[in-house]
Amino acid sequence: MTPHPAPEAGPFLGKLSLDALPLHEPILVVTFAIVVIGGLGVLAAITKYRLWGWLWRDWFTTVDHKRIGIMYMILGLIMFLRGFADAIMMRLQQVWAFNGSEGYLNAHHYDQVFTAHGVIMIFFVAMPFITGLMNYMVPLQIGARDVSFPFLNNFSFWMTTAGAVLCMISLFIGEFAQTGWLAYPPLSGIAYSPNVGVDYYIWSLQIAGVGTTLSGINLIVTILKLRAPGMGLMKMPVFTWTSLCSNILIVASFPILTATLVLLSLDRYIGTNFFTNDLGGSPMMYVNLIWIWGHPEVYILILPLFGVFSEVTSTFSGKKLFGYTSMVYATVVITILSYIVWLHHFFTMGSGASVNSFFGITTMVISIPTGAKLFNWLFTMYRGRIRFELPMMWTIAFMLTFVVGGMTGVLLAVPPADFVLHNSLFLIAHFHNVIIGGVLFGLFAAINYWWPKAFGFKLDVFWGKISFWCWVVGFWLAFMPLYILGLMGVTRRMRVFDDPSLQIWFAIAAFGALVIAAGIGAMLVQFAVSIWKRKELVDESGDPWNGRTLEWATSSPPPDYNFAFTPVIHDLDAWYDMKKRGHQRPVGGFRDIHMPSNTGAGIILAGFSLVMGFALVWHIWWLAAVSFAATVFGAIYQTFNYKRDFHIPAATVVEVEDARTRQLAAGA
Amino acid sequence: MPSNLPRSVARLRLLPLLAALPLLSGCGMVVLDPAGDVARQQGDLIVISTVLMLLIIVPVMALTIFFAWRYRAANKDATYKPDWDHSTQLELVIWSAPLLIIICLGAVTWVATHLLDPYRPLARTAPGKPVAAHVKPLEVNVVALDWKWLFIYPEQGVATVNELAVPVDRPLRFRISSSSVMNSFYVPALAGQIYAMPGMETKLHGVFDKTGSFEGFSANYSGAGFSNMRFAVKSLPAGEFDKWVAEAKASTEGDLDRLTYLKLEKPSEKEPVRRFAAVDPQLFDAVVNMCVEPGKMCMHDMMSIDAKGGAGIAGIHNVRSVTYDKFAARGTGGIAGWNIRYVAALCSAAMTSADRPDAKPVNPAPLKGEGLPSPNQPPERTALNGSAPPPMS
Repeated sequence: MTPHPAPEAGPFLGKLSLDALPLHEPILVVTFAIVVIGGLGVLAAITKYRLWGWLWRDWFTTVDHKRIGIMYMILGLIMFLRGFADAIMMRLQQVWAFNGSEGYLNAHHYDQVFTAHGVIMIFFVAMPFITGLMNYMVPLQIGARDVSFPFLNNFSFWMTTAGAVLCMISLFIGEFAQTGWLAYPPLSGIAYSPNVGVDYYIWSLQIAGVGTTLSGINLIVTILKLRAPGMGLMKMPVFTWTSLCSNILIVASFPILTATLVLLSLDRYIGTNFFTNDLGGSPMMYVNLIWIWGHPEVYILILPLFGVFSEVTSTFSGKKLFGYTSMVYATVVITILSYIVWLHHFFTMGSGASVNSFFGITTMVISIPTGAKLFNWLFTMYRGRIRFELPMMWTIAFMLTFVVGGMTGVLLAVPPADFVLHNSLFLIAHFHNVIIGGVLFGLFAAINYWWPKAFGFKLDVFWGKISFWCWVVGFWLAFMPLYILGLMGVTRRMRVFDDPSLQIWFAIAAFGALVIAAGIGAMLVQFAVSIWKRKELVDESGDPWNGRTLEWATSSPPPDYNFAFTPVIHDLDAWYDMKKRGHQRPVGGFRDIHMPSNTGAGIILAGFSLVMGFALVWHIWWLAAVSFAATVFGAIYQTFNYKRDFHIPAATVVEVEDARTRQLAAGA
Repeated sequence: MPSNLPRSVARLRLLPLLAALPLLSGCGMVVLDPAGDVARQQGDLIVISTVLMLLIIVPVMALTIFFAWRYRAANKDATYKPDWDHSTQLELVIWSAPLLIIICLGAVTWVATHLLDPYRPLARTAPGKPVAAHVKPLEVNVVALDWKWLFIYPEQGVATVNELAVPVDRPLRFRISSSSVMNSFYVPALAGQIYAMPGMETKLHGVFDKTGSFEGFSANYSGAGFSNMRFAVKSLPAGEFDKWVAEAKASTEGDLDRLTYLKLEKPSEKEPVRRFAAVDPQLFDAVVNMCVEPGKMCMHDMMSIDAKGGAGIAGIHNVRSVTYDKFAARGTGGIAGWNIRYVAALCSAAMTSADRPDAKPVNPAPLKGEGLPSPNQPPERTALNGSAPPPMS
């Protein structure tokens, strides 16, 4: 099925018309109906229980890094369910479309599904998850009251959300890109993708990219400027170190993505020739640029989770982290090296042998610091007392899974081997092996580890273990067949197959995906059961795992101001050090605490941006102009908002801290 | 220690075989069991690299499980040293062990990448079978169209759609381009893939050492019809190949001239095999230079003008005549509009397009790097790197 010709743009609604509704796709109509009914139900419930004011005051307008962190995690979780639904659809199509069957998805739909799966999983699942974690934990780990720019933090979150919403709108109004998740031109150019799909892609990434970049700046400044007295750089917790490196990568690489997409939009909107076939354009330049962002992006995702594994291993082995210094240097080396490997994503584009070898070898070199990290975790476990709580189980699963993904990654870095494996399902298996085995397992470790800190009760172990085993077994079932299929010469993004001997492997992979689905289900049940049984699972101490870093020094959940007095740091593993030296929690002498005020500016500005993105997608020029002006003037107006801070009176602090004292006494 | 080295290296050489056995006995893994010398070396490289890495991966996995079990909290017999966090010797080992593996793998990579450079003409058709000096590789020009493949045989003067027939044991030289979007030309049984890109030419060398029927396809997503962008590959004995060429020459499809090509490149799916009895000898260069339409300026002419500093104001008019697919996808617009021309071509020497010259053939000894050319030789001049056309003679 070839794409429909682009409709003529009208003056008021641009290209938008009733034809944009995908009424011919029953799957989408049913999905839309479910979303509408479910959405109305949620809205009705919020209205019935009068939660609007609470949501607006305490959540939507909050500048508290902890609440923003939780909102990021919720965004990631919702988008994860969407991205996973896409994955299940692909698995189903690929196991179905054999022996002359076209499966159940036409090319127009299927090609959107795999594009959306990639885009959503990277930009709107992995990125919000890691940003949420860093948002919640970094200020606590360094003994700060909030991030450096609390309003910016709220704005960043809502811009990310606006990007996600725009991406979701494409499901029901118009279409999403059918280009693959990196939208290589010329296919993504106006001549070959004349409809709105690529525009949705561009604007959802651009809007979310603003949020990501600003959040990166915010966290870098926070880490560099707001550390508690005594916490030199080499006394920072490893998670904070990896967050710092990850945010440096964000700030140094996302502008490249933004610029690349700007060039692509100029090609599409005003007829320039940066990446076109003719008139001097070069699609190869796009491929280079997008990967100069894209490769660091991979490390943006994995580095914070390396930090999580370090914290978890050390805590649950009851031991100092082995080789802290080399761990830090390994992280920094990875950060730097991640910029000089991008060409390994396209050895097959015709570069000379010396160029290909150079990028192949730099890629392999990254495995040295990564290997050193793995050994460091290993020797942290050595001579420890390992408690196999859920976070530690995820860490062990990570170590066993990730090495396989790392190995296949180095294999793909050998250019002649890449010539036969490039774009194959082997490659798909490889990067899911590192992203699921590394990023997702790390997130699950982090969620199980830090949930008690955020909510004051632990997560249910029974359902957590079910989820763990389903995920681990499901992962291997879903992706080992893809390695084999890759060696059988099967390429990615195929919609139909003619070789019946492949079907069994796709069937195993589809079964694996179902097992993963069970793991996701068990995880949702785990959250629900834990909330239900929160009284039984309660943690009064604020330090349920016998932790080592500062976040465990305060109550769970921490008070708005995190620490009544800024702690003074003497050693790495500050909280472990404080406990060892018989630290007494201060119970008097509290003073007013200076805090930032909530503001609705973030959600309003992001709302304008969302409207602007939608208007640009559909060529509704007047609306784009109006909403752009509203965004700019709204931002300027916000700079005149002088009600940006307040003081928590000492009396309130005394009240909160006394309650905490009673809680600790009751627990002891 | 050094005296032990050769023996341990010899032992290592057996390991790839061990690792390969269970894989090969499996299910048609064409990547590891191909039908051509190049692909076979690439497959071997996968096995060698994997074994090299398993040297460190397996101990790490074993240690992970062992430490996790040995130092479990319930095991009170195990030593517990909560403050032990540093050991210089251990740090040296954990940094140098991966380093050593990567040094080996890096050396293998450097040599193999140069030897198996797809631009390098083959020096052998199989281990121990060097290519004789008088043997010319069979040239096949490949064009990726939406969504089918066009193969032009300049030597034989025939062309096919979705069917690639080649003689066994004869080196093949592919010049590859695309009409509209990026694709990747991949015949797993023959050799690794290389991108097919519009307005550009890439090259690939390979050889079949077994006869048989195989499959080729696009390995880079290129739009709605991508899944069916597959073609039959036949590796034939020399006599059979000649017979096949004779059949193609007798085909009733007629000739592949430029107008036929312009019709052929219109997007279509599941195109049946077609054979053309004759082909415009300039067609492939016209495709690469994006000037198949009658009267359209070729890229190399435009580059000649640009190299001379452009044609000033007059050059603006040329923009129209180099527009290729700016306003509509290839094959979806009319071809009538291409007759207006301003400067159609300069008196420049005819140059064939090539993105870079072939590398020199090398000594076929595998993975030793013997005979690799010195990197200091000046590159040959081609349309895309020439600074100015040579004076008319």
